Amino acid sequence: MSKIINVLLVGVGGQGTILASKILTHVALAQGHEVKMSEIHGMAQRGGSVVTQVRMGEDVYSPVIEPGEADFVVAFEQLEAYRWAHFLKKDGTLIVNTQRIVPLTVLIGAANYPESILVDLKDRVERFIELDGLKLASEAGNAKATNVVLMGVLSQYMEFPEESWQNALVARIPAKLLELNKKAFASGVAATK
Amino acid sequence: MKTLMTGNEAIARGVYEYGVSVAAAYPGTPSTEILENIVKYPEVYCQWSPNEKVAMEVGIGAAIAGARSIVTMKMVGVNVAADPLFTVAYTGIRAGLVLVSADDPGMHSSQNEQDNRLYAAFAKIPMLEPSNSQEAKDMVGLALEISETFDTPVMLRITTRIAHSLSLVELNDPMERVVKSYERNPRKYVMLPGNGRLRRLVVEERMHDLADYTETVAVNNMELLDQSIGVITSGISYQYVKEALPTASVLKLGLTNPLPLGLIKEFAAKVDKLYVVEELEPYMEKEVRLLGIKVIGKELFPPYGELSVRMVSEKISGQLGITVAPAFDAPIRPPVMCPGCPHRGIFYTLKQLKLVVSGDIGCYTLGAMAPLEAMDTTICMGASISAGLGMIKAHPEMAENVVAVIGDSTFLHSGITGLMDVVYNGGNLTTLILDNSITGMTGHQHNPASGKTLMGQAAPQVDFVALCKALGVKRITEVDPFDLETVKAIIKTEVAAPEPSVIIARRPCALIIKNTEKPLQVQDCTGCKMCLKLGCPALSFDEENKTIQVDQAICTGCGLCMNVCKFNALRKAGDA
Repeated sequence: MSKIINVLLVGVGGQGTILASKILTHVALAQGHEVKMSEIHGMAQRGGSVVTQVRMGEDVYSPVIEPGEADFVVAFEQLEAYRWAHFLKKDGTLIVNTQRIVPLTVLIGAANYPESILVDLKDRVERFIELDGLKLASEAGNAKATNVVLMGVLSQYMEFPEESWQNALVARIPAKLLELNKKAFASGVAATK
Repeated sequence: MKTLMTGNEAIARGVYEYGVSVAAAYPGTPSTEILENIVKYPEVYCQWSPNEKVAMEVGIGAAIAGARSIVTMKMVGVNVAADPLFTVAYTGIRAGLVLVSADDPGMHSSQNEQDNRLYAAFAKIPMLEPSNSQEAKDMVGLALEISETFDTPVMLRITTRIAHSLSLVELNDPMERVVKSYERNPRKYVMLPGNGRLRRLVVEERMHDLADYTETVAVNNMELLDQSIGVITSGISYQYVKEALPTASVLKLGLTNPLPLGLIKEFAAKVDKLYVVEELEPYMEKEVRLLGIKVIGKELFPPYGELSVRMVSEKISGQLGITVAPAFDAPIRPPVMCPGCPHRGIFYTLKQLKLVVSGDIGCYTLGAMAPLEAMDTTICMGASISAGLGMIKAHPEMAENVVAVIGDSTFLHSGITGLMDVVYNGGNLTTLILDNSITGMTGHQHNPASGKTLMGQAAPQVDFVALCKALGVKRITEVDPFDLETVKAIIKTEVAAPEPSVIIARRPCALIIKNTEKPLQVQDCTGCKMCLKLGCPALSFDEENKTIQVDQAICTGCGLCMNVCKFNALRKAGDA
């Protein structure tokens, strides 16, 4: 069977995982891949944990990625990285935005936000990348561009031409926000160097 | 041109391409985005109806009058629409009528997991099941064709993984949109028993004709490969089977009511070992068994939840797949009421007053979650008021202790009749209508009280006070849900009153108003944590400095927590 690339984007409702996945699918389609993508929403807007699954390659059937099968997990938040880490393949790549968004269960004292997340993840995952995407996005001009910073990081680990990513930004981001987002993307790229 | 689309977007595109003129729905996950995408094609008239039964009837009327029509809803919505559905199966239509049932295996956002394929068999109407977005679009066209050829409504049954997954779709130009002239035909459309008995026979003849049609229709087809294993499947399960067993022979069924029994027999004879892979009920499996064919199905696969590639592969091969590292123990992150949500203070008060809360379906169902935990029951749309009445009829002494809580859109959907019953049968129930001026949980759809239609037209707004008065409720009060003291006083008074009462708590959803308030500031916090009982995601406790902190990025400055703080530690910016 032909190789399929599985990318899992995980975060908290409102962090822009959907836009990030649209940029990614744009790039994949430009390479002539078949693409399937799955998202579960409905209650996501209410601050719940969100996941978007993107599968690309020849002959993609199922739109769903299963535990142990993601080539990439891009986590927009630490705890979500922790929650979804077991979806990663043995030799998969984990990209973590170190931002912390504390869930209500922790705020009201019913649970603790694990302190050892980054250590545990580093321990288990060989290809582990952590960065403060929120800071990089703020420096680029808008904290909301964290999603695009993370796509900049991801672009360095996937075998797609740089030009395709740039085209995807142009296609998917409104003109007046394009420069800012290009900067955000570039800072994500730079963070991996 | 090919483009990535969700199944829901593809159905909307099909509506545009295949000449549908009228579309109606009540929002419900995972079906909501179908109408939200149809509205992008101004050629199609589309509307939100107050509930699924009304939407179904609008579709029926339009189809009888001569316009191709579509009605969409989540699976539990079909329960509401079942009454007209079962009888339109008798009358038939004049122009194509399609009912989209969006089922939710796995219950991602539903209160039950019913398999609506059984409805198609029960109502005796043809059913199509797409396995990706392209098929979802194509099957709108096929459903309309079958509908008009066989003079019957058709169900297009999708599941969450079809509705919310994106795959490539070829776009075509729309066909001409023709609305046929109206033709009066009472023998066909007035279902008096005498006419109904005649149509009853037509239903059987039609199913008979469809049984021939389903044998040769292109969407039912054999993919013969390695014949040692044969799998009968449909919908999203087909994708799991193809990926899990790329060399197996597959009988892929797109028209699944009636099932092609001849084709199934032919396929069964060609393969050594026959499986049925389907989510939820053994719908196809039972039919195969009735043919006397040996088949393996639900002894391997559960009748609940979603299937997956791995499950199909492991169950059929009998071999375990890759071992997966265990998941880390991460605290759950459930959906929560937003910062600034007008519902929060109501549930805080209900909990304080230790009332029995007969709940309903909407964002406010989140009032059942910690720390508010102020909901005793939630069954279905509209049940809060009528179930509350039942409680106090069972325990008259509970009357001073029970409230029903229902949102504006849910009240309009099916709460009005419950309130009528409370008045008629003398129930001393207090009903709280939480009016946030929108249908919230499904993502802000307009409703008959919000002042706007789906197509953006200004609309008259239902006057809740006048409506409740007309139903015979004498005690009606309106309150701002942020004014906690008044809320508490009113609820206490109304619950104690020996007659039916309604409290309308009115404030728009925090996500639809343009907020101009600044985030709150903290000064001299004593660390009592009283405000945390509100369950606001903007408030957290700094253990080191023993003080509450306000997340400046998400606080809306609604001031609800200021009402709860006894030490004036939470303040509006500038009121230091």
